[in-house]
Amino acid sequence: MARNVTTRHKISATVAAWIVALIIFFPILYTIITSIKTEPEAIAGFSLWPSGTFENYITVQTQRDYLKPFMNSVILSVGSTILALIIAIPSAWAMAFSPTKRTKDILMWMLSTKMMPAVAVLVPIYLLFRDFGLLDSRIGLTVMLTLINLPIVVWMLYTYFREIPGEILEAARMDGAGLWQEIVYVLTPMAVPGIASTLLLNIILAWNESFWTIRLSTTNAAPLTAFIASFSSPQGLFWAKLSAASTMAIAPILILGWFSQKQLVRGLTFGAVK
Amino acid sequence: MATQNTKTLARLMMAPSVLLLLVWMIVPLAMTLWFSFQNYNLLDPSNVSFTGLFNYQFFYTDPAFFQSIWNTLVIVGGVLLITVIGGIAIALLLDQPIFGQGIVRILIISPFFVMPPVAALVWKNMIMNPSYGVFADISKFFGLRPIDWFAQYPLFSIVIIVAWQWLPFATLILLTALQSLDGEQKEAAEMDGANFLNRFIYLVVPHLARSITVVILIQTIFLLGVYAEILVTTNGGPGYASTNLAFLIYRTALLGYDVGGASAGGIIAVVLANIVAFFLMRAVGKNLDR
Amino acid sequence: MGSITLQKVSKVFGEAKVIPSIDLEINNGEFVVFVGPSGCGKSTLLRLIAGLEDVSAGHILIDGKDVTDAAPAERGLAMVFQSYALYPHMSVRNNIAFPLKMAKLDKAIIDKKVADAARVLNLTDYLERRPSQLSGGQRQRVAIGRAIVREPSAFLFDEPLSNLDAALRGTMRLEISDLHHQLKTTMVYVTHDQVEAMTMADKIVVLNRGNIEQVGSPLELYKSPRNLFVAGFIGSPHMNFVTGTYAQSKNAKTAGIRPEHLGLSKDSGIWRGTVKVAEHLGADTFLHLDVEGIGQITARCDGEFGAYHGDTVYMTPDETKLHRFDDKGLALRA
Repeated sequence: MARNVTTRHKISATVAAWIVALIIFFPILYTIITSIKTEPEAIAGFSLWPSGTFENYITVQTQRDYLKPFMNSVILSVGSTILALIIAIPSAWAMAFSPTKRTKDILMWMLSTKMMPAVAVLVPIYLLFRDFGLLDSRIGLTVMLTLINLPIVVWMLYTYFREIPGEILEAARMDGAGLWQEIVYVLTPMAVPGIASTLLLNIILAWNESFWTIRLSTTNAAPLTAFIASFSSPQGLFWAKLSAASTMAIAPILILGWFSQKQLVRGLTFGAVK
Repeated sequence: MATQNTKTLARLMMAPSVLLLLVWMIVPLAMTLWFSFQNYNLLDPSNVSFTGLFNYQFFYTDPAFFQSIWNTLVIVGGVLLITVIGGIAIALLLDQPIFGQGIVRILIISPFFVMPPVAALVWKNMIMNPSYGVFADISKFFGLRPIDWFAQYPLFSIVIIVAWQWLPFATLILLTALQSLDGEQKEAAEMDGANFLNRFIYLVVPHLARSITVVILIQTIFLLGVYAEILVTTNGGPGYASTNLAFLIYRTALLGYDVGGASAGGIIAVVLANIVAFFLMRAVGKNLDR
Repeated sequence: MGSITLQKVSKVFGEAKVIPSIDLEINNGEFVVFVGPSGCGKSTLLRLIAGLEDVSAGHILIDGKDVTDAAPAERGLAMVFQSYALYPHMSVRNNIAFPLKMAKLDKAIIDKKVADAARVLNLTDYLERRPSQLSGGQRQRVAIGRAIVREPSAFLFDEPLSNLDAALRGTMRLEISDLHHQLKTTMVYVTHDQVEAMTMADKIVVLNRGNIEQVGSPLELYKSPRNLFVAGFIGSPHMNFVTGTYAQSKNAKTAGIRPEHLGLSKDSGIWRGTVKVAEHLGADTFLHLDVEGIGQITARCDGEFGAYHGDTVYMTPDETKLHRFDDKGLALRA
């Protein structure tokens, strides 16, 4: 009896779950479909069957120079992430393996900086950027994104590093490994999976950051967030092109995100939920 | 001695990140606090003077201020309500055995990876547009008059968009928590004669309590600062109908060029965020002792 | 060579004096076991010798050379950890070779030493596997292999068998003893299991609350424990302690008699008891008895004796094997 109930239960759960999933995914799906419609089709009423043109993608590139904000997004998100990792790895290592009484306080304090509302420092940051000539510069935005995400990077690395058993590092020490060798031969290989997921999640966060990237850039350093936001005024007639631009803006990160969903939970809850 | 060296080295390794964050936190915040007591307008930068609490008073007496606080609370509260309840429901559903669970998970998590401007524009144009949007098409199909979402229900529209972005986050975290529930515990409860409802109330809800707290607190931090979604949809309007505190500060600072006023608003935002942060830190901090 | 000398070594963690002050001499080639209940400081003592912890005061000498301030790697010791601490991302071969690579040995020499160690430890077929693909006993042997290739002046073992199941533990005990006979290198072994201590050690160091209670060979500790703690800790089942009139009649505060030193009879003896629980192990039977005027007594008898729950049994302590303790718990010599 129990087995029959299970199968029926599974089928009804499957149907329900797929309906929910498709509703939630629908706006993304519809954007992708619209991106391969012609402009008249795009506003011609609900239709899931596009004519399948790729012209919008070409137009977005030729008319709006899509590649430039795309490259900016890549440079900013990857650059800021690598910079954050370089700064954070030694810190997280020290906190995980040589904890002191204050380690916990330092970690909590780092987390608290993340809670400072961005608008609260908008004015001084804007003025500082203006005075130092950093407005609309890739360097300025990279530094900004690095600092914004640094606490999360330290935290994620810390939770990963803490899972490496201390006995293994002691074993390496007994085996004659110096600090440098300990890092190169033992710690790094064991930490690589954690570092990789930290990298992935941070690229996603940096790619989608939409306050500072929009406010501190205009044209030269503008990443995709600012590029897409600039589409907000012209309505109606450009939907297919907007969809094509949107699809290209979210596709790479969507795919990265699918790979990192497990680490996402851990990273965004600062290890509170695993 | 050996470990003494290690300790010194550990401090050195921590120094860069600690110093950077310290500077990044203190310098701008101190400047904001300083500006908030100044009469400082970017259009007239030579004429800066001390005004005491005038900026706070100005901000406080501005009717837009209270509306923006209210709107902030509505956005935070509305999104939390939708995402937590929806998140629990969907997490419970996904915790069942399902065909194609991997794909379902991927579909449901996807909105979280969509950058806010894209999410807002897609909803604004493709879904909620009163003439050509999918909602309008559905209304027409049933012979109803389409709703002009952003004109009639600007705040609610923004809540829907933001909730769509955060629902995956809540779902994913609650699902993770749900899956960490000990299977033997469930079996023991079944042996003890607890039905599904009883198991949900006495086993699942207490188990999820901490994760729900974490979801609420983390989302609140982000929801207090909703910005891009407002910028590309309603631009805060009509009037101040969909202006939250973050957006009001941006308007005051970069559209009104009023550095002093915006800074006063910023300090108020810091105070608000700190109240939430206090509780979040306690929830996360407890976890550290484990 | 591998003699280790501890001179007034102490270790303080914050407020807690884990080890007040210890003097100890470990001779070259000895198999020394530190044994004691959990929290007695035995692991800390081992880690102090290893150099993984700094001593708070005192000196540690290896082969007469003061190594108190030397880094772990400079002490010429090898350690086998409780969790084995194998490098999960390296093959068995690379795990064993790691200390040799750190010592920058020639590749040909490394290969030969790894092959030799693998042969000794029956790991030859597993050299290319990862630790996660090995059983508990195999991992244990890899950890030992990593230690022996270094040809250390002494081996340190930190509860190496506690993660293994009972059967495997017995086998590994033999293998480690065997290894000691082959290598004749000093071994310092930490355990909370007195059976491991008794079966493997040349010399047992019984620790309690950071102090050495007694140092001696297994049989010395068994035959003449210096105090109540050692008497109670060494031997299984534990020694029976009897106070009151019986002890007084022997001019002692406490009299101790091991379960195996009680003569049992079904009809006569100086103590009369009722069997509460009889544990039949086959060759032996352990009887847990309620004895009139004495209290709880454990007795060991032949498996053929045939006593069951509720039976009445008479006991006569073997007076030549009786242990007597004064009111400070110290052993009284005859």
